[in-house]
Amino acid sequence: MNRIEGRVKVTGLATYAAEYPAEGLTHAYAVQSRIAKGRVKRVDGGPALELPGVLAVLSCEDPPPLAEGVEGELALFQSREVAYRGQIVAAVVADSYENARAAAAAVRVEYDPGDHDVTLRADHPGLYKPEVVNPNFPADTGHGDVEAGLAEAATTVDVTYTTPVLHNNPMEPHACVALWEKDGRLLVYDSIQGTTSDRDTLAKTLGLPPDGVRVVARHVGGGFGSKGSTRPQAVLAALAARAVGRPVKIALTRQQMFDVTGYRTPTIQRLRLGADAGGRLTALEHVAYEQSSTLVEFAEQTALPARVMYATPALRTAHRLVRLDVATPSWMRAPGECPGMYALESALDELACAAGIDPVELRVLNEPDTEPGSGLPFSSRHLVACLREGARRFDWDARDPRPGIRRMGEWLVGTGVAASTYPAYRSPSKAVATLRDDGDFLVQVAAADIGTGARTVLTRIAADTLGVAPQRVHLELGDSALPDAPVAGGSMGTASWGTAVVRACEELLRDGKEGRADTTEEVRNAAKLARQAFGAQFAEVRVSAVTGEVRVPRLLGVFACGHIVDAKLARSQFLGGMTMGLGMALMEETLTDAEFGGFLHRDLAQYHVPACADATGVEAHWLEEHDDELNPMGSKGIGEIGIVGTAAAIGNAVHHATGHRIRDLPLTPAKILMARF
Amino acid sequence: MKPFDYARAASTTEAVRAFGPGTMYLGGGTNLVDLMRLGVAEPERLVDVSRLPLDRIEAVGDRVRVGATVRNTDLAFDPLIRARYPMLARAVLSGASGQVRNVATVAGNLLQRTRCTYFQDVTRPCNKRRPGSGCPAIEGDHAGLAVLGTSGACVATHPSDMAVALAALEAEVHVTGPAGDRIIPMPGLHRLPGDEPERDTVLEPGDLITAVELPPPPPGASLYRKVRERASFAFALVSIAAVLDVRPDGTVGACRIALGGLAHVPWRAERAEQALIGGPATGEAFLEAAEAELEPARPLPRNAYKVPLARNLIVSTLEELAP
Repeated sequence: MNRIEGRVKVTGLATYAAEYPAEGLTHAYAVQSRIAKGRVKRVDGGPALELPGVLAVLSCEDPPPLAEGVEGELALFQSREVAYRGQIVAAVVADSYENARAAAAAVRVEYDPGDHDVTLRADHPGLYKPEVVNPNFPADTGHGDVEAGLAEAATTVDVTYTTPVLHNNPMEPHACVALWEKDGRLLVYDSIQGTTSDRDTLAKTLGLPPDGVRVVARHVGGGFGSKGSTRPQAVLAALAARAVGRPVKIALTRQQMFDVTGYRTPTIQRLRLGADAGGRLTALEHVAYEQSSTLVEFAEQTALPARVMYATPALRTAHRLVRLDVATPSWMRAPGECPGMYALESALDELACAAGIDPVELRVLNEPDTEPGSGLPFSSRHLVACLREGARRFDWDARDPRPGIRRMGEWLVGTGVAASTYPAYRSPSKAVATLRDDGDFLVQVAAADIGTGARTVLTRIAADTLGVAPQRVHLELGDSALPDAPVAGGSMGTASWGTAVVRACEELLRDGKEGRADTTEEVRNAAKLARQAFGAQFAEVRVSAVTGEVRVPRLLGVFACGHIVDAKLARSQFLGGMTMGLGMALMEETLTDAEFGGFLHRDLAQYHVPACADATGVEAHWLEEHDDELNPMGSKGIGEIGIVGTAAAIGNAVHHATGHRIRDLPLTPAKILMARF
Repeated sequence: MKPFDYARAASTTEAVRAFGPGTMYLGGGTNLVDLMRLGVAEPERLVDVSRLPLDRIEAVGDRVRVGATVRNTDLAFDPLIRARYPMLARAVLSGASGQVRNVATVAGNLLQRTRCTYFQDVTRPCNKRRPGSGCPAIEGDHAGLAVLGTSGACVATHPSDMAVALAALEAEVHVTGPAGDRIIPMPGLHRLPGDEPERDTVLEPGDLITAVELPPPPPGASLYRKVRERASFAFALVSIAAVLDVRPDGTVGACRIALGGLAHVPWRAERAEQALIGGPATGEAFLEAAEAELEPARPLPRNAYKVPLARNLIVSTLEELAP
């Protein structure tokens, strides 16, 4: 289906958070720490308050009240401690954005700086084993004897891969308009991936009852996880609005987004693999080293895919975390799977090369009967079918495995493959379906459409259930006043909201007038199974022997994600994920400033994401996979799997083209040239 | 952004007259407005010169005169430029994006500032932005920065592609100013950082570029090539503008090489040119010339790749140009 809101978006009529009008609207601008660690000695708002239009300066000198026990990134101005460079230490409210920004520069902040440490190392003395990794998995798991498995292996690899800090960079900046109603209730227009959870978090943070807050987010210009949880701008807007007694708008700058809206932790990943003479794994060990801030423990579940992918008699996965003087990392498209599968699928390619086995066949050889980490049966698993279908489409069988031997002029040519995977989760959701007086149907759910097409796909799901044309279904989402719904995250939006929509529509068909659904019981009672989507990605690269430039003329993905509810929307999700994976492979990287702390690359001229010219030959295909153990649609989530494995496929192709294995993303001309010369 | 006065000049004379302390000329604004938002540039007064009647490209005898306010897109698609100076059209089109090129002017392209991380961040030191505050790039993020002609005070690069082509074409920059009119031959407009990295060019306060005049193209084949990790809309890691004329006897008759991404200026590779002219047009000679040019390079740990990159690029481009 075409997107229902496509027309209002391309004609500029879709209203985003920062665009809501409000009478007497004022503007807030954040003042950020210039030290990476230490204490705020004094905040002098005097010079700022003398500037035109300035209404208030907020800071730790006069902490605005928050609910008791609020901690972390949302506890604005509650402490004098500085956790990272770029942390919000004060804010100015003024009658215009320009006046607020100018005044923010005039706020004088004095610090007692401490010695900061912002560098992740695998031998950092502060590394520890977290209780759980995101969201709630054991940090370490294992079975069998890894050392014995490696000792008896015919072929082993012991390699370390590293990935840099990556930033989500949605197109729409994090923004918020906050208004306090006369009855003490708070209305918030936020750029957020879930209005229900944002409402609950804001209420808890501000010490209000849940019905004291309403969050509206009808259109969201991307999030990729960075809007999956409440960000400081929403709390700041609410506090500022209370301080000045007028509505307040905040739109973070791109530079501020780099500092306070989360990022993907850098990783150092050691992989040890052993295989017998036939290519069957004898051992697999995946250890991930990662960082978090001193404010919040966020431990990315990087080694998780090793618990899912391949059969092995000996498996060990482990996560080690160090708390540095850095901003808090958070979710970024496929947290865990994305960096973890980069390292695992690259190491598997190294094993294939070392063992002289085709990398597609090596994966097929190690296909497990049940989920290796849990022993649970899969509800469905078609990795092998994806590999086979991809190989057929890509003409993989014609490939000469020898690296570094194909040339077109100055361009070295190579191909690579990697697997993709992402869990198929579902969360409880509510929905209401109503027969309107005009005979059309109203379907309401507090889902979020962050550019994925949620509004469209839910309309289609409702129409299919009701047996009517989609034009007769009117879907409302993006408002916490609607029936509670989980965030657009974890690739579970369609599965969660869709289940509720189907149940509400079924109820309406029975009732004739209205249907209300709450899927808590249904989700809780689902059979205990491993539910997982799979895919295979194939890349062709050209690497310039002159310049080290890497181009990707072809990137082909085949996915098995249950029933694809809407082909057009699904294709966009796959292509978007794969393109983002291409960016991760070749260019995306945020540098951390060892000298001053904070991040150095803080805009889109420095943090490069792919341009159209980089993504000229991206294709996505899927298998029609039947799985009755998922949800009424039979669907698995597709928002994230596209980015999983892409970087490995490209890195493996770069090795095939050049004969050089670069184990540090991104694969820049600098690294390729320095490896070759 | 600091509040500022804005005036639109109707003539170059009026523009120069309107220039005073704290004044900056505004062309397309694609760089200056960004720098103002970032607080890097804080002019008290902008004199908008973007609508001066300097937007024509015309043949003057065997030369071509390009007005200062000609938009980059118009320059790149001008039939005269494409016919006589295809290298220049290619250089311009390799820069920025279509949207930026539609707005950016010729003079503004020449006078754009470095994109060094530290220069663009007012919360960190930078000798170019705040003289004497230090250069953290030397120990920190310098992967994109200069290896030739650097100083202990600054390792910034000039980001323009167009300027590299103009340096190879020996274009003349026409300037008017409080002290009258003058002509600055390229690549002489830009200067090395030395101990005054705050000065990008030899222009004096109030100087206004009115045109760029292109002499007849040198004999031989020409190329512009730009290296970058993203296929579009990225500054050059290294770029090259080269013209090579090989005589029937196989020796080099004429040669011009200019390099981008390596220095505080569009770098004219005079050592390489001298080494090549009169000698054989062979791969070995190209390599020797490239190595001679890069011998004075002083790379830092994270931009050391630029030396082999520039060497490869010089050799490969000359090989492509040789018959």
